[in-house]
Amino acid sequence: MTRLLVRFAKPYRAQLALVLVLLFAQAITNLYLPELNADIINNGVIKGDIPHIWRTGGWIIAVTLLMGITSVAGAYWGSKVSMGLGRDMRRAIFSRVEEFSRSELNAFGAPSLITRNTNDVQQVQMVLVMALSVMVLAPMMAIGGVIMAIRQDVVLSSMIAVIVPLMGALIWVVMRRALPLFQSMQVKVDRVNQVMREKLSGVRVIRAFVRTDYEQRRFDEANRDLTDVQLKVTQLFAVTMPAMMAIFNFSTVAIIWFGAARVDSGAMPIGNLTAFLSYIMQILMAVLMAVLMFVMVPRAAASAERIQEVLETEPTVRDPEHPVVPDGRRGVLSFEHVEFRYPGAEDAVLHDVSFSAGPGETTAIIGSTGSGKSTLINLIPRFYDVTGGRVLLGGVDIRDMDRQALWDRIGFVHQRAFLFSGTVASNLRYAKEDATDEELWHALEVAQGVDFVAEMPEGLDAPITQGGTNVSGGQRQRLAIARALVNRPEVYVFDDSFSALDFTTDARLRAALKRETAEATVIIVAQRVSTIMDATRIIVLDRGEVVGIGTHHELMETCRTYQEIVYSQLSEEEVA
Amino acid sequence: MSRKTTSEPPRRGPGGGPGFGPGHAMMAGSGAKPKDFKASFRRLASYFRDDVPVLIVILLLGIASVAFTVVGPKLLGNATQRVFEGVVGQQFPEGVSKAQAVEGLRAAGEDEIADMLASMDVEPGQGVDFAEVRSILALVAAVYALSALFGWLQQWLMAGVAMRSIYQLRRQVDEKLARLPLSYYDSQPRGDILSRVTNDIDNISQTLQQSLIQVVTALLTIIGTLGIMFWLSPLLAVISVVTIPVSMVVTVMIAKRSQKQFAAQWAHTGELNGHVEEMFTGHDVVKVFGRQQEAIRVFEEHNERVYEASFKAQFISGLIRPAMMFINNLNYVAIAIIGGVGITRGTISLGDVQAFIQYSRQFTQPIAQTASIANVLQSTIASAERVFELLDEDEELPEAEKPARLEHVNGHIRIEDLSFRYEPETPLIEDLSLDARPGSTVAIVGPTGAGKTTLVNLLMRFYEIDGGRISIDGTDIRDVARADLRRTFGMVLQDTWLFEGTMRDNIAYGREGATEEEIVSAARAARVDHFVRTLPDGYDTVLGDEALNVSQGERQLLTIARAFLADPEVLILDEATSSVDTRTEVLIQEAMAELMEGRTSFVIAHRLSTIRNAETIIVMDHGRIIEQGNHAELMARRGFYHDLYNSQFVAAYDEAS
Repeated sequence: MTRLLVRFAKPYRAQLALVLVLLFAQAITNLYLPELNADIINNGVIKGDIPHIWRTGGWIIAVTLLMGITSVAGAYWGSKVSMGLGRDMRRAIFSRVEEFSRSELNAFGAPSLITRNTNDVQQVQMVLVMALSVMVLAPMMAIGGVIMAIRQDVVLSSMIAVIVPLMGALIWVVMRRALPLFQSMQVKVDRVNQVMREKLSGVRVIRAFVRTDYEQRRFDEANRDLTDVQLKVTQLFAVTMPAMMAIFNFSTVAIIWFGAARVDSGAMPIGNLTAFLSYIMQILMAVLMAVLMFVMVPRAAASAERIQEVLETEPTVRDPEHPVVPDGRRGVLSFEHVEFRYPGAEDAVLHDVSFSAGPGETTAIIGSTGSGKSTLINLIPRFYDVTGGRVLLGGVDIRDMDRQALWDRIGFVHQRAFLFSGTVASNLRYAKEDATDEELWHALEVAQGVDFVAEMPEGLDAPITQGGTNVSGGQRQRLAIARALVNRPEVYVFDDSFSALDFTTDARLRAALKRETAEATVIIVAQRVSTIMDATRIIVLDRGEVVGIGTHHELMETCRTYQEIVYSQLSEEEVA
Repeated sequence: MSRKTTSEPPRRGPGGGPGFGPGHAMMAGSGAKPKDFKASFRRLASYFRDDVPVLIVILLLGIASVAFTVVGPKLLGNATQRVFEGVVGQQFPEGVSKAQAVEGLRAAGEDEIADMLASMDVEPGQGVDFAEVRSILALVAAVYALSALFGWLQQWLMAGVAMRSIYQLRRQVDEKLARLPLSYYDSQPRGDILSRVTNDIDNISQTLQQSLIQVVTALLTIIGTLGIMFWLSPLLAVISVVTIPVSMVVTVMIAKRSQKQFAAQWAHTGELNGHVEEMFTGHDVVKVFGRQQEAIRVFEEHNERVYEASFKAQFISGLIRPAMMFINNLNYVAIAIIGGVGITRGTISLGDVQAFIQYSRQFTQPIAQTASIANVLQSTIASAERVFELLDEDEELPEAEKPARLEHVNGHIRIEDLSFRYEPETPLIEDLSLDARPGSTVAIVGPTGAGKTTLVNLLMRFYEIDGGRISIDGTDIRDVARADLRRTFGMVLQDTWLFEGTMRDNIAYGREGATEEEIVSAARAARVDHFVRTLPDGYDTVLGDEALNVSQGERQLLTIARAFLADPEVLILDEATSSVDTRTEVLIQEAMAELMEGRTSFVIAHRLSTIRNAETIIVMDHGRIIEQGNHAELMARRGFYHDLYNSQFVAAYDEAS
């Protein structure tokens, strides 16, 4: 955690110093007050010196005001620094993640990165707020309190040596038992969440198989488990505060008892007894607060660790130092002996893949799950970088191109269409911000989306919820296809993008697409043979290797794997 | 099928579990205002109805604990007074009576000290009476010990009561969920329901555990302290009482402002989180369209707003402490001055002033606490309302009073003039009729959104029909207990659902109490036995959450095995459209064909071979059956089905050539 904080605290050095000074001033005024209180009693009340009481009273108010000002200023700068640090951390994480390629993203997982970006930063931030008030102030107050107490009476101060360790011991005992309970509680909470999530997602199956009772028992078990642990934690903490208060109060009793003897023997003025009590209280309070605050530290430290992990992960895919701009050969995409293995994997997912696709051609990729189809096309926009061989676009290795320039040339449609919250138009303009409405309608026409968009009352301005959940799967896919069309890229990549469409729409879309992409290079990954039979070339992948390249008819003659695929999907007459 | 949580739960600070320190109280303001505070509060309170005796004990313990805490300083003040008197007494020679000493002082012109002395119980020449001090201190120690003991007992008991009621609440919600119709699940984002069960109930739980005791203790302390203060010195008490409204007003004023900022902070954090989630989830899309800079720009805007609000919230709420300290110290000085004057005039003893000072210190803390808990309570009630809202949702229609038994079902399904609508204004299915003879296969085809899934939902009685009737072997399905009906139906959907557990448990889900042989033979029939046996632990292999380590096709096979085990009379199948590799697809087809043998089957079909072999093909569009018949009949009719059939192959060919 220290490393992370040091790194982000740098721009705030001046403010931090100021906060420390303010806290120090606060501690001093805080410690000075009991002295004044003692003075009021010793020299005012006892001696019956009313003017002295007024004078000292005035002082007390002045000191209090000063303390107030320093704490307000302290709160101001403290909040500013800690919240600023939090903001900077969030920004750093987000920017870093935006740089990540798919490998790094998958290594963390999107949900985890989201948590790290907000929740984890919050943990660190909260500890920082505490640190810049209570945690720094507490030791100052404790040490100052000890000094002042000793000034009041050395002998009586030996009490501190008994009280503080006693409190420490109590806290230690409680914490030692509480920490494992806290951990176990977190696990149980997760379990309740998990069971509930499964129940919600599987409600149809549960009801279909009439397993509601069983599910209720399952949830009840998790619920009971959680309740048990929570009860233990709560009951453990039930003893803490009363015990603390008891230690407080017994200390007071002891101080008065021993103090009385010293006052009686004339070793100490009676007013000092009052002041001494205040100091002891201050020390104990400081110790208590500090310890309780430090409970937050382990959790924040874990969060800091998670943040650090993100920031220290270097993106594997980066822009070249001297980007090369492809020359005239528009849209020619070639794979040369491409090999790819996932980080840490023993076997390569793709071996020695070579092919070339040009404008006006449709290249289809087919193969069973795990054959490497998706991996292959993911190499084109550099979601991953090849681990062997190279991928060329317009004769230039894509790793030598500026990524932005590369992406401008590619229209990529994912298998799972992902829409952003906003409107139909804002989604379609994702690739080309200045696209006109006519361009958008044209893209929709090709993607067979005109009908349903036109049917929406707001048309292009119809709202789209996050993830596009307010339109059907098929509509989502058509919008995603239209989005890729707007920019009129050189290369289109469709990753099994027609799966949610029914036969009719699929066929119409394909026909329209063919006209639209006449001058572009089209790469299609498909499951259904019927959708790719007319491709310029079909690449058959099996376990990462190209086992056949050719047209449908060529492959029917030569490629066994292709034949197997075809026969499993079509009846004889359709094959011919 | 993942839905995003759209509404943020009213949440408190980031810390889970019993929170400590200001983090808890200050972060509480969520800005989520309850709709009807009183009613919801009363309803929440009703969860403690059975615990009233315990609650009374808790309250009594609280009163005792607070009373002892409150009495402590007064007794300590007595001890200090004895010490003080001893010190004063020492200053006079022994043998002189108190009256003489007072006279002497007056003669010396020390009138004020004389007054003071006169009011004290001073024995001139005597030092501190240690025997008395000791007995007082012993009493104080005992009082404090009892106070601690009662305080502990009180919280210990409360923990039990609170946790029990939270357990009940969670259980109630779970049971309620089982009675809610599927339409509720379909209309509500999953994340939101989940959030009610976890975050909201957690929020309530924390308040019940901590804040309730705190607020009771705080109120009792205020009352007790006030009482004793008036007893000690009505004049000083009045001064202190003035600080109550002042502290209250100041706290409320600050809290109100900070709460607004906290609310803004949580709202902006929610927006930021939404943006982050969207961008990270759509990472590839953002990249391939080159929109990182735009994503970062939007992020910056949200981030800056979070920063502004959280800074203000933190700063403003940070003002409470100094403000309280200032008021407290003003009070202190006032008491010192007036008390000092009183002591010199002999109207009040030093010990009392000292005790008073301690009381007035004790005083401000519970006030500030009460104010901040009021905020927590707002957020708690808002959470409770979200939970109650769920508990109040309309349930499924009750079961038929004397449900008909389904025995020896042949699987003759008749649908007559069925009509159904999700929303009252938009009819979805109208006048649908269909007759499926036992053992026949009905293929349902049609474009997306034609109502194919809806038909399945109605057959399983997941939704209630609006008109017409569905019967099985002549019995209206509404006259049959839902459980009975659903046992008759088997369902294999594309959206496979497996839970975290072993392969065996997942297959055994099909029927309670299935034997090992039955499970294995079901797996074998579903062509998944071989796959399971290749796994490291065979049938004991644990599927991870959401079962990511098993491919889509294998998952489908597992659900088919489940259906084999359930051995239903009627089947509902949903054929896969994609994402299944060819070899697995062959297995699925074989398994499905075997499963369908001898059972009435409804198949949402995508594969031509299935469609063509079906006895009846239902072509649906816009919720209506527009054509019905077998393949040859429908082709001959040259209607919608004919077009549909041709479009898949012929059209594609035409375009290609």
